[in-house]
Amino acid sequence: MSESTVKKQVLQGNEACAVGALAAGVNFFAGYPITPSSEIAEVMSQCLPLMGGRFIQMEDEIASIAAIVGASLAGAKVMTATSGPGFSLMQENIGFAAIAEVPCVIVNVQRAGPSTGLPTQPAQADVQQARWGTHGDHAMIALAPSSVLECFTMTVDCVNLAERYRTPVVLLSDEVIGHMRESVALPAPRTYKVESRRQPEEGETEYCPYCACEGEPLPPLAAFGGEYRYHVTGLTHDARGFPTMVKEEVDRKIRGIVGKIEGCADELASYEEFMLEDADVLLFAYGSTARVAKSSVRQLRERGVRAGLLRARTIWPFSGARLEELAGQVDLVVVPEMNLGQLSLEVERVICGAADVRALGKVDGDLFTPDEIAGFTMEAVGR
Amino acid sequence: MSEAIEVARTYLRPGKKLPTVWCGGCGLGIIMSAMLRAIAAIGVDKNKVAVVSGIGCTGRMPTYVDFNTLHTTHGRGLAFATGVKLARPELTVIAAMGDGDALAIGGNHFIHACRRNIDMTAIVANNQIYGMTGGQYSPTTPHGKRGTTAPYGNIEYAFDTTALAVGAGATFVARSSVYHAREAGLLIEKAIRHKGFSVVEIISNCHTSYGRMNKFASPVAMLEWMRDNSVSIKAAEHMDADALEGKFTRGVMVESDKPEFIQSYDEMAERVATDPAAVANVKKVIQSYDAMADRLKPENG
Ligand SMILES: Cc1ncc(C[n+]2csc(CCOP(=O)(O)OP(=O)(O)O)c2C)c(N)n1
Ligand code: SF4
Ligand SMILES: [Mg+2]
Repeated sequence: MSESTVKKQVLQGNEACAVGALAAGVNFFAGYPITPSSEIAEVMSQCLPLMGGRFIQMEDEIASIAAIVGASLAGAKVMTATSGPGFSLMQENIGFAAIAEVPCVIVNVQRAGPSTGLPTQPAQADVQQARWGTHGDHAMIALAPSSVLECFTMTVDCVNLAERYRTPVVLLSDEVIGHMRESVALPAPRTYKVESRRQPEEGETEYCPYCACEGEPLPPLAAFGGEYRYHVTGLTHDARGFPTMVKEEVDRKIRGIVGKIEGCADELASYEEFMLEDADVLLFAYGSTARVAKSSVRQLRERGVRAGLLRARTIWPFSGARLEELAGQVDLVVVPEMNLGQLSLEVERVICGAADVRALGKVDGDLFTPDEIAGFTMEAVGR
Repeated sequence: MSEAIEVARTYLRPGKKLPTVWCGGCGLGIIMSAMLRAIAAIGVDKNKVAVVSGIGCTGRMPTYVDFNTLHTTHGRGLAFATGVKLARPELTVIAAMGDGDALAIGGNHFIHACRRNIDMTAIVANNQIYGMTGGQYSPTTPHGKRGTTAPYGNIEYAFDTTALAVGAGATFVARSSVYHAREAGLLIEKAIRHKGFSVVEIISNCHTSYGRMNKFASPVAMLEWMRDNSVSIKAAEHMDADALEGKFTRGVMVESDKPEFIQSYDEMAERVATDPAAVANVKKVIQSYDAMADRLKPENG
């Protein structure tokens, strides 16, 4: 144990996620049980009553996301947790949170789908659903943890980002990460930043919950029950929150909710870089797949291929900056994913032919083996 | 100044929000003013009222009233309201819903809200039709009546909203109609004062859709129908089934005492806070429990 961490403990990824939420100040959780996410709700139900917060098990996931958005408007820091089927049910209200600009965190511990799929097996198949699951133009923030420690730190990040950007944020965990147990030393409370949404200045008379002109900083979000009464709607609205059909106002609103996040893509991007200095083959991976890919890099190096790993922590907004740089250095990019190529499309889009991009998909419900990724890469480099 | 004008001046949103989107003569205005009179009678601070709705003509009600207002997604008003109330129990939370909103797409949330007994009030504006989308039949459209998706007459059977609420465990259940505007206001007032989950169904007129398709000549004809086809619960006690056929009852169906959710939650929280085993279990998971618990306290949040 050092000053900056607490005593080492064995924690499960889902437990670490719940602890991270509490560390970030989440004081309201609503959820509906689903494998492989249920432990998060269980820990929250155990801790929140003791910590001055509230837990409720709702009748379904639609109600769960609705309840957290309502609670957030009443000033709480909020989270829910689910997996594929529940994530699908939440989509309409995720869009509500996006347009109404209400901070909330949705944890999706991904399992194999579609539909009931393989409830107890891992997948990374909700990457595009996280981005485009709800209808209409919007932007999304999604982070993908690769370890128990990151389940903690990234949940803190998700809460902070939700509060800063007043938007729904998704933690894209997966069954392997959620159920894995590791010995971790969590950071001590003083060492990480906890952000909360801005509040209106005292004595502000005319409170506007939304931007009134382009490029304006995001206004503070007053809590229901304080001194400002305002209107919140999923209809396209003006700066005061009232429905509008004025073309300029509608256009500004939609560009605003997209721009406030897409405009920060490079700033929000976060990577782990492994053996990239001299690499001419790049493995691009995230989540549990990235853990395996690290071993594959070592294997490839042993076999004489100068491979390196770029592990994305931020999935959405997708930043091309680092990949573009690396595309000048490497000849081949391999994108292993537990889906049939959901993020590799983004990689291809930003690399734009500057290097060969090969998607390696896996949808049999199992985690990759290091051999699988290394073997595929060997073949791709023609050895 | 008359009471109505006073209430309108105090509680309707100033500025450009009026006139409403509602058709002239729509019963929803009567329901809105009944709600406002109830709030005025109780005298709740406007800052401490939250009005939540789903989607539909009824769903537009929050737009016009000067409270904390939340116009959500179709059917989900009660689920959002649940979050608002749990995060700020000091708020008076009212969910205004249409019949489709409350009982079709939101039916699951409705019965579970009844069961949980959180101290909120649900107002179900029952116009027996999907008003906003143009008159399709709803779960309260009577058997045999027409809707734009029941052009040959509805072959389904209607929910009895109040019986459903009673069956699901609501601790205050009442019904009135827009013809009986004064009674409606008094029942909403009782409902808001009730500690626990309360449901008030108000039979309303959608003459534009329901009326047109079911041979009501005007809003007035629909109001007269409510007058002639409803009986107070008291009067109904002395009537047999034949006499009650085709009529709806008005008044308080249920008013009972059951521990309210938030009260029970807080009692539970107090109990476990002094239970060393519970605290130890939590500290096992959360090593920095004390520092974190501090941060979660509202005054430090
Ligand atoms: C998920 C979803 N499905 C369908 C709709 C379309 N829709 C809007 S309002 C409405 C019905 C409204 O009827 P009711 O709840 O009875 O309210 P009223 O307009 O009669 O007051 C429907 C089906 C929607 N907005 N959202
Ligand atoms: S369509 Fe019916 S319910 Fe909607 S405003 Fe018109 S009369 Fe009222
Ligand atoms: Mg209706």
